[in-house]
Amino acid sequence: MSVLILAEHDGRQLKQATRQAVGAAQAWGAPVDLLLLGSDTATVAADAATVAGVARVLRVDAPHLAHPLAEDVANVIANLARDYKVVLAAHTAFAKSALPRAAALLDVAMVADAVAITAPNTYVRPMYAGNVHATVQNDEPIQLLTVRATAFAAAGSGGAATVTTLAAPAPSELARWVDESRSVSDRPELASARVVISGGRSLGERFEAVLGPLAQQLGGALGATRAAVDAGFAPNDIQVGQTGTVVAPELYIAAGVSGAAQHLAGMKDSKVIVAINLDPDAAIFQVADYGLVADLFEAVPQLTAALKN
Amino acid sequence: MKALVAVKRVVDHNVHVHIKPDGSAVETAGVKMSVNPFDEIAIEAALRLKESGAVSEIVAVTLGEAASQDVLRHALAMGVDRAVLVEAHGELQPLGVAKLLQAVVAREAPQLVLLGKQAIDDDAGQVGQMLAARLGVGQGTFASVLTVEGGEVRVVREVDGGTETVALKLPAVITADLRLAEPRFVKLPNLMMAKKKPIDTIAADSLGVDYAPRLKQLKLAEPPQRAPGVKVGSVAELVQKLREAKVV
Repeated sequence: MSVLILAEHDGRQLKQATRQAVGAAQAWGAPVDLLLLGSDTATVAADAATVAGVARVLRVDAPHLAHPLAEDVANVIANLARDYKVVLAAHTAFAKSALPRAAALLDVAMVADAVAITAPNTYVRPMYAGNVHATVQNDEPIQLLTVRATAFAAAGSGGAATVTTLAAPAPSELARWVDESRSVSDRPELASARVVISGGRSLGERFEAVLGPLAQQLGGALGATRAAVDAGFAPNDIQVGQTGTVVAPELYIAAGVSGAAQHLAGMKDSKVIVAINLDPDAAIFQVADYGLVADLFEAVPQLTAALKN
Repeated sequence: MKALVAVKRVVDHNVHVHIKPDGSAVETAGVKMSVNPFDEIAIEAALRLKESGAVSEIVAVTLGEAASQDVLRHALAMGVDRAVLVEAHGELQPLGVAKLLQAVVAREAPQLVLLGKQAIDDDAGQVGQMLAARLGVGQGTFASVLTVEGGEVRVVREVDGGTETVALKLPAVITADLRLAEPRFVKLPNLMMAKKKPIDTIAADSLGVDYAPRLKQLKLAEPPQRAPGVKVGSVAELVQKLREAKVV
């Protein structure tokens, strides 16, 4: 009995979060199959086959999967899952939509957002915006779960999995993809970036102008507080927090961030946290490894310049 | 068109939660409870659909002990037409909740079911998807814009790296994200009037549904604490520390 992982990709390569899900799957010490849905997926299948620890890539390729809908993805998973002991995915918007649906089709409970796997059926998962960690035992015959990608080491390359093509079920026709609006950026993806530079509402219209050069210098992604997003200074898809993206980079720099619980829930597992804030009593300083009480409009450009040298 | 809104009673989002000394549960005795904020957004979205003429009746439903009536009163005060309490005792988990809601949907036959994308207590985010699966209908998760037109509902969804628009056949299940709507302020007279409105009560056990918990919660604990940090005096000192930590 092996592990099935729902893969996520951009049409060319696997997302980093999927490599981390493969890392998490090593907890079972069982063969790992990657389920790859899409249209015209030969290139990404070739990439997936090189992921260390993957035995087989199961490719389900059809025009109607070019933008895979949860209704269709869940049907594919439910059809395959009975041959597996474990079905897992990284806790992304894609998997969060499809896996619970598949679980209900299979009539099994699932565990969301596991940050640790302590036994083959026992998981630690955050609740209450990360203020409580629950240890949960799942006795269902098929273990369905999503994992917090940043809590697990990414699988490397050097694998040589076989690629098997499976027939795609007919579209559910319950839902229709209309269009999408994805932010185009040459910065790394927020959820898996090594460095994240985050800003709060106080940056105002200068959000990009102040933080952009520092992100550029460090090869990092930009993040924002909910307040900065609500005020229209940053797009919603870079919101870090309980209601946005959860990140755990090697370095998190919070500039003008107060440290609301909602935001802390999304970043406090970062390895090194730097806070730059004028208010010495800001809650962010309680989680920061290095705190600098300063005007960010002066300190951030100085930091950018200093790192160039 | 009828809309059903499912709401959950949770520890108020302003309360700092405490774990019981034996690690079995979060302390809820004497703690302020409220409507799950994402469900409140779903209520507001339903009210706006009614105000625009797309929805004719809104029914709010919750599951739990008699005390859960207070979140239904809140929904009534916001403006929903009717309220249903499915009286259930003991722990409810997402799959069981989806099954109970499915039974309520069978009675009420709504065209649209709305609920929050997740509850802020367990943060599981599964009920909407599980309900949609069990009903065999489409799902619009993490909705930030909702429009009903020509027998389908269009949903702009918040996804990683941007948004996506899907069109769902009706009936459908929608889960509300933060930006779908800003819940209205409940005025005191509305709250007083809502106290007098009847609430239908259904015993969960009369619905013929197996909603027993499937997952065993072994223990709750506080997450590991971070070691205390240091304040640096200047940008130069910060750069030096970051270089020592080998992160730049």
